[in-house]
Amino acid sequence: MDNLFTAFRDPKLAAVLTEKLSMYKGNTINIMEVCGTHTMSISRYGIRSLLPEGINLISGPGCPVCVTPLYFINSAIELLENKDVIIATFGDLMKVPGSHSSLLKEKAKGKDIRIVYSPMDSLKIASNNKDKRVVFLSVGFETTTPIAALTILKAHEEKIDNFSVLSANKTIPNALKILAMDKDVGVHGYLYPGHVSAIIGTKLYEELASQYGIPGVVAGFEPLDILHGILTLVEIINDDSKKVVNEYKRVVSEEGNTEAVRVADKVFSACDSVWRGIGNLPLSGLSIREEFETFDAWKIYNLKPYTAEETPGCKCGEILKGRLKPTDCKLFGKSCIPENPVGACMVSSEGTCAAYYRFREV
Amino acid sequence: MSDIITLAHGSGGKTTGDLIKNIFQKHFNNDILSKNDDAASFMLSGKVAFTTDSFVITPVFFKGGNIGKLAVCGTVNDLAALGATPLYLSCGFILEEGLPVKDLEAIVESMGNTAREAGIKIVTGDTKVVQKNAADKIFINTSGIGIIPDGIDISGYNAVPGDRVIITGTVGDHGCSILLEREKLDIYGDISSDCAPLNRIIGEILSKTTNIHVMRDPTRGGVAATLNEIAQQSKVGIKLFEDRIPVKDEVRGVCELLGMDPLYMANEGKMLVIVPESSVDTVLGVLKNAAYGTDSCVIGEVTYDHKGIVVMNTLAGGNRIVGMPVGDQLPRIC
Repeated sequence: MDNLFTAFRDPKLAAVLTEKLSMYKGNTINIMEVCGTHTMSISRYGIRSLLPEGINLISGPGCPVCVTPLYFINSAIELLENKDVIIATFGDLMKVPGSHSSLLKEKAKGKDIRIVYSPMDSLKIASNNKDKRVVFLSVGFETTTPIAALTILKAHEEKIDNFSVLSANKTIPNALKILAMDKDVGVHGYLYPGHVSAIIGTKLYEELASQYGIPGVVAGFEPLDILHGILTLVEIINDDSKKVVNEYKRVVSEEGNTEAVRVADKVFSACDSVWRGIGNLPLSGLSIREEFETFDAWKIYNLKPYTAEETPGCKCGEILKGRLKPTDCKLFGKSCIPENPVGACMVSSEGTCAAYYRFREV
Repeated sequence: MSDIITLAHGSGGKTTGDLIKNIFQKHFNNDILSKNDDAASFMLSGKVAFTTDSFVITPVFFKGGNIGKLAVCGTVNDLAALGATPLYLSCGFILEEGLPVKDLEAIVESMGNTAREAGIKIVTGDTKVVQKNAADKIFINTSGIGIIPDGIDISGYNAVPGDRVIITGTVGDHGCSILLEREKLDIYGDISSDCAPLNRIIGEILSKTTNIHVMRDPTRGGVAATLNEIAQQSKVGIKLFEDRIPVKDEVRGVCELLGMDPLYMANEGKMLVIVPESSVDTVLGVLKNAAYGTDSCVIGEVTYDHKGIVVMNTLAGGNRIVGMPVGDQLPRIC
């Protein structure tokens, strides 16, 4: 029996789609892939090398690590000054540079930082270390927010009082609206994120299409998903249609996962949020509701978000908005490389610059 | 004897002697070691291959092996990669105070068994005990000596355009298995380390053809790092074909889930063999009939283009660079 991937990685079908795309001869089309996992897949399968001139792929702000603000990393490091604090974090936050250090460097100095694969794992750490206080660094979009919310609900239910969450969760739709209004970006179509869409459904994209005139396709992450998504988008844009097509129906429904949304809403509420490299976007973030504030590390430790200067010359903001490609940044591949990332986009494996660098096309 | 390692086991006195006699000599037993001299003495004739490696793996026991088996296989495979017949092995142990003696014995027993399977003798060793928390249970260093038969010249510098790149089986099994055990990930799947001594099948290949240009075991950094090293040493390009690279479904699934790439995951029982096209059938003929080589296949070729770089022809038909890994792969958020 074929595994779950094989059918969506068929080289013969990929060649058919590539051939169709290669026949495109129209005006230049800018397609923004919103999600970091799409960016990774596009680079991993060398999809840019298959597209004809005239079809541009622009990477959007969909890597949760990349858009996590500098002050969040600084705050996490500040927390570690409390000797009884254990930080629990997803692995790809480890290398993100703060103003003066990173979690990876702090771990090397002996600070207690644990990599977890699920927020729930940090509850286990809390239960096993009653004399310590465990803080989970919660970043991510609609995909990861429900499980962070569930973790807080479980901690509340089980009265785990040595656990809290430092949250910087964000939501995608408002960021897309702001990008859609930015004439400099010039997006003609969105390749919508499969993971996020699985949670929020496709209705919000209809609003983007009708209000801002930007069509979109929801696509999965396999090469055939992406190639077919691009082909459909090119056809829609050529027809001057503003519709949204869901090509990831095996995972994404129109309504999304209403239970996941309900759980997330129970614990988090919308707030303004700073996106690294982009700035403050109204109502694009999530903060822990007051009734769960005993799990809110910002309040427990009285941490204050403060503005921090980005490294001079770093173009992450422009790259996250799709205005520049990583290769347009003078630091790319020189002073900014994966072993020494200057900007956030070079840190996560899903970061635009990291994906460009790691999967450089020939 | 105490059931845990104490500082007395490293004192050099009677307790140390008991440990050597009851554990190490019992499982490593051979004529050279049993002389108990300050150094092992033996005759060598021919071109010598000599290598050393240290093993500090967590967890010490994993599905498919343990640190001891790994220590023997790692050094044996490094010798075999040069076409050498492994002969003698040394091992140095750094033991953390408190290590259960039964764990040490299980490790030493598997080292003895693996050495016998590989036909190598463990002829000298050393034990030190450090205080609790000064080490992580057990560290092992092994050094190995072997003889390279006449007429064999295998090196990372020898790849030439037109050569084919063979892998002796599925990639990423060891790295994936360790990841699952280290992080106690609750993922179902029959994934175990591929840890194995490869010298006998390499010897069999060399008995059929000496026309092998490069061999290297893709351990840390996986196939990606190893091929990058070879491309740079030989100043050639290497082209990989994604659809030919064997990866177990379970390994692929875990990697997809965690955002890892099997090409960058460690292997401890696989060899990359780079040979002229004319030798491919002979080499695959041997490998496919051997216990540790049934999934062997050609995964790429050596090219004149893009010298020093490894390029992958992807499933989608595109091309992209397979770069050197940077640090450990870390699990992604979503």
